[in-house]
Amino acid sequence: MFKLIPRENVSPVLSLLGPLFSVGLTMIVGGILFYFLGVDPFAAIKMIFWDPLMSETFSTYSIPQIFIKGAPLILIALGLSVGFKANVWNIGAEGQYIMGAIFGASFALSLYPLESIVIFPAMILIGVIGGCLWSMIPAFLKVKFQVNEILVSLMLVYVAEQILALASLGFLRNPDGAGFPGSRNLNQYTSASNAEIIAGTGIHLGVLLSLLMVIFFYVLLFRHSLGFKIKLLGNSPKASGFSGDNPNKLIFLCLTLSGSLAGLAGIMEVAGPAGQINIDFNVGYGFTAIIVAFLGRLNPIGIFFAGIVMALTYVGGELTQFMLNLPAAAIQVFQGMLLFFLLSFDLFVHYKIKLKGNK
Amino acid sequence: MDLSEINFAVLVASLIVASTPLVLAALGELIVEKSGVLNLGVEGMMIIGAVTGFIVGVETGSAYIGMMAAAMAGALLSLLFAFIILIMQANQVASGLALTIFGLGIAALMGHPYTGIKSPQISTISVPFISEIPVLGTMFFQHDLIVYLSLISVLVIWYFLNRMRTGLILRSVGEDHDVAHSLGYRVVTIRFLAITFGGAMAGVGGGYLSLVRVPQWTEGMTAGAGWIALALVVFSGWRPFRLLIGAYIFGGITILQLNLQAIGVNINIALLSMAPYLATILALVVISMSRFRGNRGAPGCLGRSFVKIT
Repeated sequence: MFKLIPRENVSPVLSLLGPLFSVGLTMIVGGILFYFLGVDPFAAIKMIFWDPLMSETFSTYSIPQIFIKGAPLILIALGLSVGFKANVWNIGAEGQYIMGAIFGASFALSLYPLESIVIFPAMILIGVIGGCLWSMIPAFLKVKFQVNEILVSLMLVYVAEQILALASLGFLRNPDGAGFPGSRNLNQYTSASNAEIIAGTGIHLGVLLSLLMVIFFYVLLFRHSLGFKIKLLGNSPKASGFSGDNPNKLIFLCLTLSGSLAGLAGIMEVAGPAGQINIDFNVGYGFTAIIVAFLGRLNPIGIFFAGIVMALTYVGGELTQFMLNLPAAAIQVFQGMLLFFLLSFDLFVHYKIKLKGNK
Repeated sequence: MDLSEINFAVLVASLIVASTPLVLAALGELIVEKSGVLNLGVEGMMIIGAVTGFIVGVETGSAYIGMMAAAMAGALLSLLFAFIILIMQANQVASGLALTIFGLGIAALMGHPYTGIKSPQISTISVPFISEIPVLGTMFFQHDLIVYLSLISVLVIWYFLNRMRTGLILRSVGEDHDVAHSLGYRVVTIRFLAITFGGAMAGVGGGYLSLVRVPQWTEGMTAGAGWIALALVVFSGWRPFRLLIGAYIFGGITILQLNLQAIGVNINIALLSMAPYLATILALVVISMSRFRGNRGAPGCLGRSFVKIT
């Protein structure tokens, strides 16, 4: 049998190798899965990972799309990663994303058709507040009553989805929409539209913000004492208490950050690529971002690359759906598998493995 | 609005049917957590059970064979989780989430051709004589085998945990795996078995959902039932009988809101649909506030990896 010896220092090479190895293994096992689904595995893998970047027919559309889909993933994952480091498990980012969009859009639409330059920044701020308020519910309940934040934040996703239905069929429904569900299109409302900043690509302010946030979080976590405090709370809550940190404050901080960023991603999406509040507005970015956070090893730079890879599987997944008629769920299986491999690989990062027989 | 349209006896009977998937899945998770493992993948195992049970049920024409297949599918998926956390020492919270994401994906993939098909009928067994009692008979004694099985499971699991030596060993592994290990108990083996049992129970729960409760396959049909089962375990303070009561209260809220929707009460459907989730949050708050703290029954090693360093 094998014997595990804890490593004194986590090997940086191995912790970088983990994600790469996992992506590779996912391609292989995913290929086998495609084979059983009756799809040529080589064509499918090539279409997911290669064509969006390199193919002449698709890449002009796909490359900007990767950044557009990557932006919400990166934003949400950055926020989540701080909590995960501190053992604060917000898994309800999907709900905070929805609430950010609803708050922001409600504000902007209530002013329609008034035009003013203050509407856009105010709308973004209100979106951020909306996401933040939604994450304050689990934060408050955890701090005040020790209620498990995992369950509360997740339950609130289902509640948010119902509010989304309520909004798109009721209070935000487009009065000129001939009775169809869904709000007015924000892209047709100049003051509230999150318009593209590079013409013809669809790249919007959210993409730029996601890049800025990567830098901001890098500084916060590695150049500021707060980053150390968060890590300390996660690794040793007792030591964190002795050093005079208030764990409750840190719990609030973690959930404020993750909720606000999810709200930001939500308002950027609804005013930009999505355009309107509708029943099918949320597509699971909040859940995929959990994978992105882990794939990026809870490190801002890592999360940036992980977000791009994950966005690639979305864009590539759409291609295979369209070209090879592969079901949409196949990509979800892919993402789950990726997380499995990644978590398993951690064994080699944290332990040395020795055969027991030969001493 | 006419509340007299709601037949109380039928309401209780349907409450029991609605709660059964939760009772099964939560009982399984109770055993898993008592062994010191937190498996957040209940939702994933339930939906795999739901889809497998439905497919096998439709293909064989027997709901019971479907249910057995559901148990096996749930157990199989849980083995993956067991391997990752017990052998590969992965973080339990993250691995559980991965299991849910993976399970939802696989289920959607498998179930796609079966959307919109009707499931085979399940036969109800009326308990002789007592099922004829008016009102009470309709409520409690005209159900299918799985409902009775879920009730028996509550008893058996209570007896196992509190009166049997093996149950004591399982609990000791959950309380302090290092001590249990030094006493010579096989921590990893025991946890493997517990996780597999939990997977099978979640699988049956899922199968019951798609074969009896709904009965149909739709993508993402568990709609958080697995997470609610997890909440029920916390709510129960890790005690089987309180778990049953919790599940029935919860089922009651679900059935009541569905009935209110059906008779066209003047409350928005979206608001009614929120009720079960809000009730879960409320229940968690109440139990955490109350004097006998909900987490008093929480196993000491819940969620911690066991590394054998000898």
